[in-house]
Amino acid sequence: MKLTKIAVVALATTLAAGPVLADLVFPGLHYRTGAYGPNGIPYADGYVDYFALLNERDGGIGGVMTSVPECETAYNTEKGVECYESTKGMGALVYQPLSTGITYQLIPKATADDIPILSMGYGRTSAANGKVFSHIFNFPGNYWTGASAVVNHILDLNNGDIKGKKIALVYHNSAYGKEPIRTLEVLAEKHGFELTKLAVDHPGQEQKSQWLQIRRERPDYVTMWGWGVMNQVALQEAANIRFPMENFIGVWWSGSEQDVLPAGEAAHGYKALALHNTGSDYPLYADLKKYLYDTGKASGEHAGTVLYSRGLYAGMLAAEAARTAQKISGRKDITSGDMRDGLEALEITEERMAEIGLPNFGPSFKVSCENHGGPMISAVQQWDANAKKWSLITDFTGADMEVIDALIQEDSAAYAAENNIAERCN
Amino acid sequence: MLYRESGDFKTSYAKDQQTFPIAFDRAGYFATLAFAVLVVPFLINDYWANAVILPFLIYAIAAIGLNILTGFCGQVSLGSGGFMAVGAYAAYKLMTSFPDMSMIFVILLSGGVTALVGILFGLPSLRIKGFYLAVATLAAQFFLVWLFNKVPWFYNYSATGMINAPERSVFGQAITGAEASPVTSYLFCLGFAFILAWVARNLTRGVNGRKWMAIRDMDIAAEIIGVNPLKTKLTAFAISSFYVGVAGALLFTVYLGSVEVGEAFGVGKSFLILFMIIIGGLGSIFGSFAGAAFMVLLPVLLKNIMVGQFGWATDLAAHFEFIIVGGLIIVFLILEPHGIAQLWRITKEKLRLWPFPH
Repeated sequence: MKLTKIAVVALATTLAAGPVLADLVFPGLHYRTGAYGPNGIPYADGYVDYFALLNERDGGIGGVMTSVPECETAYNTEKGVECYESTKGMGALVYQPLSTGITYQLIPKATADDIPILSMGYGRTSAANGKVFSHIFNFPGNYWTGASAVVNHILDLNNGDIKGKKIALVYHNSAYGKEPIRTLEVLAEKHGFELTKLAVDHPGQEQKSQWLQIRRERPDYVTMWGWGVMNQVALQEAANIRFPMENFIGVWWSGSEQDVLPAGEAAHGYKALALHNTGSDYPLYADLKKYLYDTGKASGEHAGTVLYSRGLYAGMLAAEAARTAQKISGRKDITSGDMRDGLEALEITEERMAEIGLPNFGPSFKVSCENHGGPMISAVQQWDANAKKWSLITDFTGADMEVIDALIQEDSAAYAAENNIAERCN
Repeated sequence: MLYRESGDFKTSYAKDQQTFPIAFDRAGYFATLAFAVLVVPFLINDYWANAVILPFLIYAIAAIGLNILTGFCGQVSLGSGGFMAVGAYAAYKLMTSFPDMSMIFVILLSGGVTALVGILFGLPSLRIKGFYLAVATLAAQFFLVWLFNKVPWFYNYSATGMINAPERSVFGQAITGAEASPVTSYLFCLGFAFILAWVARNLTRGVNGRKWMAIRDMDIAAEIIGVNPLKTKLTAFAISSFYVGVAGALLFTVYLGSVEVGEAFGVGKSFLILFMIIIGGLGSIFGSFAGAAFMVLLPVLLKNIMVGQFGWATDLAAHFEFIIVGGLIIVFLILEPHGIAQLWRITKEKLRLWPFPH
């Protein structure tokens, strides 16, 4: 009884002592524990470090300090709800939950609360249609363009003809893994390849039967929508059945150092999509080193890895959108509504990327009221196990937009009908 | 002094048989109810509703359901997660097929559908007992999750296999969807939790409850004195599944709003609810609430203290949370194997003797 009393008092004071910050708040719904922790940690570090750098070097964005209150979701939707509710009162500007499940959860809530969500390369694909999803952004790429990019790469390897080829999809049995299926099915019909779907249940440590089936059916290519420990296990299993790694192509969430290192030499030649470039050969890293790593404000343990780069990139896009929002609204202390306008007016140019210290890091693009999906382009990167390095082997290229646009229209129209949403931007 | 029967004379059978025979208990019960209905709605905000109170009420309903089956009837079940999924998917199909149906009926019908599924999976309980039954219900858990993943009809052929609760209202107030206010969703869940707990309490005191307990304590002896094991076990499965189904439907529609079957209703959920009733107390309605509070509120509380008050790193706090909650479970089971409900009973016994224990 006494315990509960102390508890209630503590809880009440915790809640009462909440938001008195006058910062620009970018809540970090991160995960550093559980089966998805290995991939969640570098991303979270990148995101946090980018804003820490802005604070240390420039005194925030436009003279206003930033803060990134972190909340551990463990990739779990119930904890995600708790995190969303506990951080939104702090003046949250934008959410980047790094989980398709949590994104789905938050789409109606955040829209009602007038807080934008930037689900960068994940979440609900049809949110690219800004006419229906006013507060959701998923630039610079999404799962369906990813699926198409994988098929395009395979087409390139086969001089444009993949009739009769077999492609297997190994996917996380969740909303995330199921997203590309519809696109791949349409593409299979269009290009005449045969699609095998192999689901892997959470958390993905058990994949023996799936890879046994791959060994039996001998597909020409395997593509993977995996996350967390599932990636590492899949690479190891592929190595065990001696599947040729150059025919194994993961999505951009299945292609980081954490995923390939455990398999060692055997992972040499594994391919994955890339939303942006990687490595630490950018001027920005000099600043990160000077202001954060050397002063002990950040460890820099994961610096230069793919997912750390993605965290930096996510932070950079959010910060640039906040800057745009400051410009549009004329206020330094922007609200989440201003932030939404900023995201919608965001323009990333080559010059701006170079100014930031990330030249040629990612594509340049412009967001508009209708298009919340950005350029929807990606590249293919390949792992070199000897140099322990990812390198891009193709340019940033587009997807089969004819197929994808139709799918996006169909899915967003279904959402609009289900929720009585009138189209915007007319 | 205050907490005793003396002086409180019962002059009718009804009064003699009431749930709370001690005046002080009754007063406490009505005070809690009044607080929940008259005070909480004015204090509640988004955070308290969505992060603390709604999950507590919903898990309490699920725990009561499992307690009826396991605590009162002695049939161990590891299928609660699967049955919650049945409730959630039934609610989704009803909401999308009949947009004008009131949410109250949607929830009740979802419970009814789950009861039917529960009877189906309860049939093996006539032949198999104990651990073997636990394994059979585990099969139900995996089968149901697989089914809702596999058959697109259940999720209306959506691209991701996720189900989303559209906005629905009761008496003109939005209950589901983003526009629902914390007060209405709280009162909606509170109403269900209260009525279902009240029904469960009275069921377990009546002839059905006595039959369940007879089967639990010794099924052969129960059969000899005229308890029909088929009917008794199946009613326990049906009523338990009804409760669990209602909890699943509420979890999906009111609390989460969008659900993915493997994540929200996986085997972890079955264990969570089983832990709730073991820690709360098997065969106790109060224990179901106490267990749900322990498993739902404690992690949130620990997080708020460690991250909010002490400013610890979130991953460190998350790891400590596992250690503390796990440690407390072991401590509880060693010190009081009959759960929080038994602690409460002992406290009450001591209070009756206080201040003259000898």
